[in-house]
Amino acid sequence: MAAFTWFHRLASPPHVYRLAGLFAPWFAGLAAACIAAGLYGGLWLAPPDYQQGDSFRIIYIHVPSAWLSMSAYSLVAVASAMGYWWRMKLAHTVAAAAAPLGASFTFLALVTGSLWGKPTWGTFWVWDARLTSQLILLFLYFGFMALGRAFEDRRTGDRAASVLAMVGIVNLPIIHYSVVWWNTLHQGSTVFVGRGSDIAPSMLIPLLIMIAGFTSYFGACLLKRIQVELLERERGAAWITELVKQT
Amino acid sequence: MKETLALLNRDLRLAYRRRGELATPLMFFLLVTVLFPLGLSPQPDMLRTVAPGVVWVAALLASLLGQDSLFRSDYEDGSLEQLALSAAPLELLALARVAAHWLVTGLPLVIMAPLMALLLGYPASGMPALIASLLLGTPILSLLGAVGAALTVSLRQSGMLLPILVLPLAVPVLIFGARAVALAADGADPAGGLYLLGAMLALALTLAPFAIAGGIRVSLES
Repeated sequence: MAAFTWFHRLASPPHVYRLAGLFAPWFAGLAAACIAAGLYGGLWLAPPDYQQGDSFRIIYIHVPSAWLSMSAYSLVAVASAMGYWWRMKLAHTVAAAAAPLGASFTFLALVTGSLWGKPTWGTFWVWDARLTSQLILLFLYFGFMALGRAFEDRRTGDRAASVLAMVGIVNLPIIHYSVVWWNTLHQGSTVFVGRGSDIAPSMLIPLLIMIAGFTSYFGACLLKRIQVELLERERGAAWITELVKQT
Repeated sequence: MKETLALLNRDLRLAYRRRGELATPLMFFLLVTVLFPLGLSPQPDMLRTVAPGVVWVAALLASLLGQDSLFRSDYEDGSLEQLALSAAPLELLALARVAAHWLVTGLPLVIMAPLMALLLGYPASGMPALIASLLLGTPILSLLGAVGAALTVSLRQSGMLLPILVLPLAVPVLIFGARAVALAADGADPAGGLYLLGAMLALALTLAPFAIAGGIRVSLES
């Protein structure tokens, strides 16, 4: 049983608060190193694209944001499901902390996408499949956040929002494929195709480093936000009074 | 099963006693459809091209209109708690409620839609596809709307929240429904979109009752 105590202790807010505080600087440091290296590689070392010139370099922001927008929603849904079925308060805390971050990355992916679209497609916005599904994803995030906050009792709000997140994650692939078949202008996926990658290594390696850096940055922000959420939700609890006295 | 049928019977009878309210979504459907030619332009060519989308968007909005009150009165007088406590599975009871709601609001929309389509100059040859797409699509909208209604029933101001929760989820239904109708207008085979709508209906019928029941239980906890 002793092997599982670390798991049980994850249900204890003070323990998680401490852990989050412990790990956040490491994630932040890793993020700073990776983003610095990725930006250097992407903006200086990588050659200009033979068709798009320098405008392609926005992918070093765009692709990591798009990756995080999707994976953050999966995180929200998985955490919501754990919170709903196992009644883990901390899982709801994680979901509530991750949702605004995911929405921000979705927004960033939309903005960088449309900035890249202006020189490349000649227009800021096209009703392309991936742009549209990102936009709908943004609304799914908004719905999740709005429903969670609409209840006076935060716990009811968490449980209601978690049902919505689970409905959303079932619907997300359907939404994605429906808009893909509806209209496609966005280029196909080039980073991860079955037989390796279509991008030249000098462009791909900085991109992968940037993805790692953005993910660590997301991790660092998530841990900090979990701390803030815990302080807000557990206010009045004895361990917080202790914490305040210590500092 | 007996309880489910009893609930269906009760809901249909209640709807029949208040026949006047049944016309409201239909009037809304008619008005929204009329707004499009007024707002866009009365040119027949243009209206014919936008007709599938307009009919579908109007049907989507009209079906959302009544959703807010789906569980409201039962929540307020406590019968929703009795339903949740009864021996019959709440999932089945929720399905019965949605079925009754669809029969009194969705089905009239389906029957009225060809008329709206004719107003917009949609060719009569495409009518079977239009009716089929709405027959398959509006139950999905009812089920999705019921999930939102169950989650927001204990909130005082759910009117604005409900569309924000439900509309993003309804996007695939709109896309496949309107696409099938548009294909049929061009004389092409609409089967692809209809099959996908059918698949989504099967998925919604099997999964949505669990989400609705979960939403009701969450709302009753507060």
